[in-house]
Amino acid sequence: MSVNVDAVFLAMADPTRRAILARLAKGEATVMELAEPFAMTQPAVSQHLKVLEGAGLVVSRVDGARRPRRLAPAGIDAMEQWLAMLRRGMEKSYDRLDEVLASMEEPKKRKGRKA
Amino acid sequence: MSRLTLKTEGDKHVIVTRHFAAPPEAVYRAHLDPKIVQKWLLGPDGWTMPVCDLDARAGGKFRYEWKHETKGHGFHITGEFVELTPHSKIVHIERMFLPQQTPDNHIETRFEPDGSGTLMTMRMTLPDEATRAAMLSTGMEKGMENSYERLEKMIPMGLKMEIGK
Repeated sequence: MSVNVDAVFLAMADPTRRAILARLAKGEATVMELAEPFAMTQPAVSQHLKVLEGAGLVVSRVDGARRPRRLAPAGIDAMEQWLAMLRRGMEKSYDRLDEVLASMEEPKKRKGRKA
Repeated sequence: MSRLTLKTEGDKHVIVTRHFAAPPEAVYRAHLDPKIVQKWLLGPDGWTMPVCDLDARAGGKFRYEWKHETKGHGFHITGEFVELTPHSKIVHIERMFLPQQTPDNHIETRFEPDGSGTLMTMRMTLPDEATRAAMLSTGMEKGMENSYERLEKMIPMGLKMEIGK
């Protein structure tokens, strides 16, 4: 997938943009619908949406006079990114655990000791 | 090369499996002896765990603090053990402080004999969408460089998360 990771991080750096993403995770919404809960002007919301769209996190469609926004597949992939980080950290730790376990084997006679 | 598997179950759970070339007794102990946990539950290179307090009994609490060797920042996790079945099962709850607190995660870790070694299976509950977004973006306001470092920091915690200790 062609997500610009830097752009994604920048886009998510703002709490309002994260809130917009969380709202869009529940379903598409127009600028007006997004502006309401945040007590923001529509231009301000549009500005945030522009950043989110630029990062590939949000897309829009035309529906008559409406232009509802929704999460882009890449936005949904934030989940994938999170899992990838989780995996990376775990792999490192468990590789380390392998070494620790190997070193535990030998002195196992003394396992009764309490630190 | 990696013997780790990670897959989602429904939209709320992550299942992690890993084989270890040591008996369940040793793997179980490595998750509950603070002196041992401190040696491996570190995630990416560069991180250490200067604080590892762990009371290994049902209802017992734990606290892990991580610190990066060169960058100044750190983060911590606190939790409680719900159920400990010697050599086969650890159930615990934990939350991270980034520094903002994340919702509690419930993690069940099982250890089963697998040949001459151990198959570990961990079942963790996923944080919700908003929490993951917050975790992904922690520290971002300090700029890109820093956010990557923070991202890194989330890894050990995430890993800690499933690691289940």
